[in-house]
Amino acid sequence: MGTAMVGSFEGKVALVTGAAGGIGLATARAFGDAGASVVVADSNTALLETAAAELRSAGHEVLAIGCDVTDRGQVNAMIEQAIETYGKLDAAFNNAGINCDGAPLVETEDTEFDNIIDVNLRGVWNCMKAELRHMTAQRSGAIVNCSSIGGMRGSKGRAAYSASKFGVIGLTRASALDYAEKGIRINAVCPGIIGNTPMAKRVTKNNNPEIVKAFVAAEPIGRLGEPEEIAAAVLWLCGSAASFVVGHALTVDGGILA
Amino acid sequence: MNPIYDFKGQVALVTGAAKGMGLATARMFAESGASVVLADLDGDLAAKEAERIVRDGGTAIGLACDVADEAQVAAMVDRAVAEYGRLDMAFNNAGIQVPPSDAAEEPIEHFERVTAVNQRGVWACMKHQLRVMRDQGSGAIVNCSSLGGLVGLPQRAAYHGTKHAVLGMTKSAGVEYAPRGIRINAVCPGTIDTPMVADMLKGQADAMAEIMKQQSIGRLGRAEEVAAAVLWLCSPAASFVIGVALPVDGGFTAH
Ligand SMILES: NC(=O)c1ccc[n+]([C@@H]2O[C@H](COP(=O)([O-])OP(=O)(O)OC[C@H]3O[C@@H](n4cnc5c(N)ncnc54)[C@H](O)[C@@H]3O)[C@@H](O)[C@H]2O)c1
Ligand SMILES: NC(=O)c1ccc[n+]([C@@H]2O[C@H](COP(=O)([O-])OP(=O)(O)OC[C@H]3O[C@@H](n4cnc5c(N)ncnc54)[C@H](O)[C@@H]3O)[C@@H](O)[C@H]2O)c1
Repeated sequence: MGTAMVGSFEGKVALVTGAAGGIGLATARAFGDAGASVVVADSNTALLETAAAELRSAGHEVLAIGCDVTDRGQVNAMIEQAIETYGKLDAAFNNAGINCDGAPLVETEDTEFDNIIDVNLRGVWNCMKAELRHMTAQRSGAIVNCSSIGGMRGSKGRAAYSASKFGVIGLTRASALDYAEKGIRINAVCPGIIGNTPMAKRVTKNNNPEIVKAFVAAEPIGRLGEPEEIAAAVLWLCGSAASFVVGHALTVDGGILA
Repeated sequence: MNPIYDFKGQVALVTGAAKGMGLATARMFAESGASVVLADLDGDLAAKEAERIVRDGGTAIGLACDVADEAQVAAMVDRAVAEYGRLDMAFNNAGIQVPPSDAAEEPIEHFERVTAVNQRGVWACMKHQLRVMRDQGSGAIVNCSSLGGLVGLPQRAAYHGTKHAVLGMTKSAGVEYAPRGIRINAVCPGTIDTPMVADMLKGQADAMAEIMKQQSIGRLGRAEEVAAAVLWLCSPAASFVIGVALPVDGGFTAH
C-alpha cells in the first residue's frame, strides 16, 4: 500500500552498476517493475547472468553487460552498448562498490586502499563521465550515486571505505551544481545497515547471530534495512517527483545518523 | 513519472494549509485518496480550500488553529481524530518569516513571534500527534524546516534559529519513535514560489535577481515539488527513512 509506482518509468531506460546482487539487483528489479528497460552491469559476469535471467523471467526488458567500473574503456563500452540498444539513458544508479576488512589505518595495506578508492570512487567517476556525456546531449537525466552512512561519519576500522564514500558525496554535490541547469539531476543515497545482501553476509560472517545482534542494536528503528528500501529511494530520486532535489545525499538508514 | 500513492483509508493533517506549500500538500494527499484536515490561522480560507477539495471529489475539512497556542493544537488533533477516527500522516508546515534584521538590532518581539510559531508550533503539533500515533503504533510526521535549517544567512538569525530547532526536534523524536512504528522526518525547502516569497520580494527586483544567482537549477521551486517530497516521506516507500532533513532546494545547500 502506498508504494504504487508501477508504470512510473514506462518508456524509460535505467542503468544499474553492481547489479548482480544486493542493493543493485533490488534496484534493477524495482526499475523493471516500474516499467523501465534496465541495463544491468557487474564485474561478476556469472552472477550477473543469473540475475539477468531472474529479471527476464519476471517479464522485464533487460540488457546485461559485464563491466568492471574501474576500467574506463569497459565503462565507455557499457554506455555505448546501452545507447545502441535502447537509444537513450534516463536514469543511472552508480552502485558498484566494495567494503574493507576493518583494520586501523596502519594495518590496512596500501593495495587495499587503492582498491577501494578505485572501485568506490574512481568507478563512480568513470560512470558519471560516460553517463553525463549522453545525458548532456539529451539535456535530461538523473543520476544517483551510492555512498553510505560511512560517507557521512567515521567508523572504526573503515578509514579507506569512509574516504571513498565521503568522496562520492563530494563528486555528487559538486557535479550536481554543474549539471542542474542542463536538466540533469545528480544525487546520492547513503544506506544504513542493509541486511540480505552478499556484502552484508560477508560483513556479518555469514549472518553470525552475535554480529547481527550488534548491528540491529545500532539501528534506532530496531531492525536492519532491506535492499528494496534503498531501491525505493533511488527510484524516487530518479523520478520527476524529485524535480527540485539536487546535489543531496539522502540517508536511508533507520535513523543512525539522526 | 510521478508516483501515485494509495492513501485510501488514511488520514492526513496539514498545518498552514490554506496557502502555499501546505495547500499544495493537502491537495496532493487528497488526490492520493487520504482524508485531509486543513488547519490554518486563517480558518475561513482553510474551510474554503477544504470545500474545493470536496468539490474535486476528495474528503477534507478545514479548521482554524494557531499553532503557537498549544491548547488550539491539542483541539485540532482531537478534532481530526473525532472526524476521521485516526491520524496517519501529518505535515507540520505552518510557519512565518520575520523581516530581515541586523543581529545586533533584532527586536525581541520578532524573536518571540517567529519562535512561537515555527519552533513551539512544531513542538506542540508533534507532541499531540504522537499522543495519537503512539496508541495506534503507526504514523508518519514531516516537519517543515528550510534551507535556513541547514545553513546561515546574514540578517536571518532568528528565523534560521527556529528552522535549525525544527531539525533538532525531528531527529530526537525521530530516533525515539522509530522503534514504535512512527517515522519522523523534515523537508528543507529552498526558495519556493509561494505567497510567502512573493510577500518577501514585493517591490524588490534586485532581491529576485540575487536569489536567481544562487539557484543553480535556474528557477524557483514549486509548492508541488515540496508536496511531492512530503508524500514520499509519508509513504511506505520511505520505510527506512528516519530523522532525515530532506532538502528540496534545487541544489542550494549542495554549495
Ligand atoms: N549492505 C550495506 O549495508 C551497505 C551499506 C552502505 C552502503 N552500501 C553500498 O551499497 C552498494 C551495494 O552494496 P551491496 O550491499 O548490495 O553489496 P554487494 O556486494 O552485495 O553488491 C555489490 C555488487 O557490485 C559488484 N562489483 C564489485 N566491484 C565491482 C567492479 N569493479 N565493477 C563492477 N561491479 C562491481 C559486485 O560484484 C556485486 O555484485 C555498495 O556501493 C556499498 O558500498 C551497502
Ligand atoms: N516559500 C519558501 O521559499 C520557503 C522556504 C523554506 C521554508 N519555508 C517554510 O515553509 C512553510 C510554508 O511556507 P509557504 O511559503 O507556503 O508560506 P505561506 O505564507 O505562503 O503559507 C503559510 C500558511 O501558514 C499559515 N500560518 C501562519 N502562521 C500560522 C499559525 N500561527 N498557525 C497556523 N497557521 C499559520 C498562514 O496563514 C498561511 O496560510 C513555512 O514553515 C516556511 O517557513 C518556505
